[in-house]
Amino acid sequence: MMTRLSIAAVLLATAAPALAATHNIAPGENAQQELQEALILAEPGDEIVLAAGRYVLTDGLSLDVDGVTVRGEGMDGTILDFTTQAGSGEGMLVTSDNVTLRDFALENPKGDGIKSKGADNIVYHRLRVTWTRGPHPENGAYGIYPVESTGVLVDGVKVTGASDAGIYVGQSNRITVRNSIAEANVAGIEIENSRNALVEHNIATRNTGGILVFDLPDLPVMGGGNVVVANNLVVANDTPNFAPPGNIVAGVRRGTGIMVMANDNVLVEDNILSGNPTAPIMVIAYTQSFEDERYNPFPREVVVGENIYDGGGYDPQLDGADTLLAAFGGELPPVMWDGLGSLAVVEGTAGWSLNLTEQGVGLEGAQPSPLAVSAPSGDFDRSGIGAPAELDARLDG
Amino acid sequence: MKKAAVLAAAALAFAGAMAVRATPPPINYVNDDAIMSDGMPRLLSEYGFFTDLGAQIPVPHVYPYRLNTPLYSDGADKLRFVYRAGGTQFRANGEGLIDMPVGTALIKTFAFEEAGERRLIETRVLLHRDSGWLALPYLWNDEQTEARLAIAGARLDLTTPKGEAISYRVPNKNQCKECHGLDGEVVPIGPKARNLSHDWLGEMVAAGHLDTVPRDADQFPVWEHRASADLTAAARAYLDVNCAHCHRPGAMASNSGLDLRWEQQSPEALGVGKRPVAAGRGAGGHLYDIVPGSPDSSILTYRMASPEPGIAMPELGKATVDEEGLNIVRRWIEEMAP
Repeated sequence: MMTRLSIAAVLLATAAPALAATHNIAPGENAQQELQEALILAEPGDEIVLAAGRYVLTDGLSLDVDGVTVRGEGMDGTILDFTTQAGSGEGMLVTSDNVTLRDFALENPKGDGIKSKGADNIVYHRLRVTWTRGPHPENGAYGIYPVESTGVLVDGVKVTGASDAGIYVGQSNRITVRNSIAEANVAGIEIENSRNALVEHNIATRNTGGILVFDLPDLPVMGGGNVVVANNLVVANDTPNFAPPGNIVAGVRRGTGIMVMANDNVLVEDNILSGNPTAPIMVIAYTQSFEDERYNPFPREVVVGENIYDGGGYDPQLDGADTLLAAFGGELPPVMWDGLGSLAVVEGTAGWSLNLTEQGVGLEGAQPSPLAVSAPSGDFDRSGIGAPAELDARLDG
Repeated sequence: MKKAAVLAAAALAFAGAMAVRATPPPINYVNDDAIMSDGMPRLLSEYGFFTDLGAQIPVPHVYPYRLNTPLYSDGADKLRFVYRAGGTQFRANGEGLIDMPVGTALIKTFAFEEAGERRLIETRVLLHRDSGWLALPYLWNDEQTEARLAIAGARLDLTTPKGEAISYRVPNKNQCKECHGLDGEVVPIGPKARNLSHDWLGEMVAAGHLDTVPRDADQFPVWEHRASADLTAAARAYLDVNCAHCHRPGAMASNSGLDLRWEQQSPEALGVGKRPVAAGRGAGGHLYDIVPGSPDSSILTYRMASPEPGIAMPELGKATVDEEGLNIVRRWIEEMAP
């Protein structure tokens, strides 16, 4: 028994990265330099530990070493304060693979919060990104911003005040966003031009739009789809849109709960939707004209399963709202479709359609009527959706 | 232990002496070991690039050069040098980046004039090692006698040639890669044949450093002569040099879909009628990167005209607006047929 134990211990020891080191950083006058040096000099397997306290930082931080963990002492304990940031487009930039970021906060970055680009198998765990003045068009665009990556796990983060999206995943594959809170952003959670994404057990509240899944043209990575949006609490997304004009989310209507636009094979199921005054669920084609031949602007194979709706579109930010409300008896049914592409909803789901016949020409030609689409045929294929399971192991501790 | 090391060093020195006696190598002042071995030299002097470090007088084998259209860096003077290792030769690669083999070093010193005197701020080196290119920043001391490795970068107050007081940013080692990164590797940006003069390239060939002067060399206008240059060429060269190291496929801003390289011919890829993707407040209320005929409603010029982080482009290496560059790009957009 004894022998077997010690053999196991030896095996464990050799499996661990050789000479993994811990770099301890504390707040103080030289924190910017000490922290950035640690991020540069770290070796794969190392851990950078940020003691509790407020770090006043003037420049963006960046990490380009594989397999590093950056760990603070809690999202309310370790605070990276970028209020006086004087350079860089984000608070923290990660460009290496297998990185774990956990248990710290960023406040008031001038641009984006944490961006990871081409950073495969990244874990964002129990982080907070806050623009402390609340919704404001001059806040940074994205709070948590992984892009062009395969393997993304966002678990237990909280983002407030982003002038674009709180949690944004773009041009990526194998994604899970869960157990997170997106509050008072323009878009709470956004999955853009990405495949195989699971968005579950999140709270999206007081955003302009709660959870958005869509594809845009003219980007290097195209063809988003295979997305599951399930078991989320999408409540009171009623903040007036404060995005700077020109951005795609500036067109999001105040009061959008879950929106699916120009995407393939999306399941929206088991969510609780309450207080989303334009549309608890909206399924639409890309609204603009476009040139990109690779782009499919339609929602395809979108399935709205069982959800709990506490009311529908009671104060829609739509042209002709009064007429619409009158026509539907004072409140729009919870599911709104523009009539383009393909949609299935489970029996008993109330909805309405604009019955558009052409993409990219606006709402002209809309002939609203109650939704009449078929029920889903067969089970939704969830295989391959979500972050690789091995990323979960990094949440321990 | 100490004794053993000393003995080993002595043995090495002896072997070296033997080698010298056998075949006298050309005199080389540059410390190839500093360029090639794994570490990060702490001091700029360790490389031996200069006979007089403070005066920036290079040793033989280290050659000064200039770019026709340079990157704007808050008005800094830039002293550029290239070191060719013994037994190697540079190879032309069409109009593009000259192929510089392992052992090469590129050296760029940033300086500002202060009270009539040149003050050296930082020297950035790009070292071509077996493992690829490595970018390192060195920060000059006040005495101007030495520059010290500053992997975490630095900030210092200085006054630009236009009299603007700024907090100047020396990039950290990772930030070097933000601009020099391409498909996951670090690569040089400046020494592309299209941005080097025929004269300089000819001298390099005559001295045996370079195999040939490529066709399509020397295409970019000389920046000081931009007034008499073709406007489109001046603007496109400016965008290539100042923006396209990030805004191109495989580089830091690839996800924007904007491609500002000189060779890009698609108006959409260059931003005409292109909507922003992740610009946030950088869009400034505008709908498109470039609106032909209207620089005032183009995001490209809006971001160039801002010094504010989160809006300003480029994101790194810029504390002040390049009015001359902005002017050229504005005029180029103005003259585009709507």
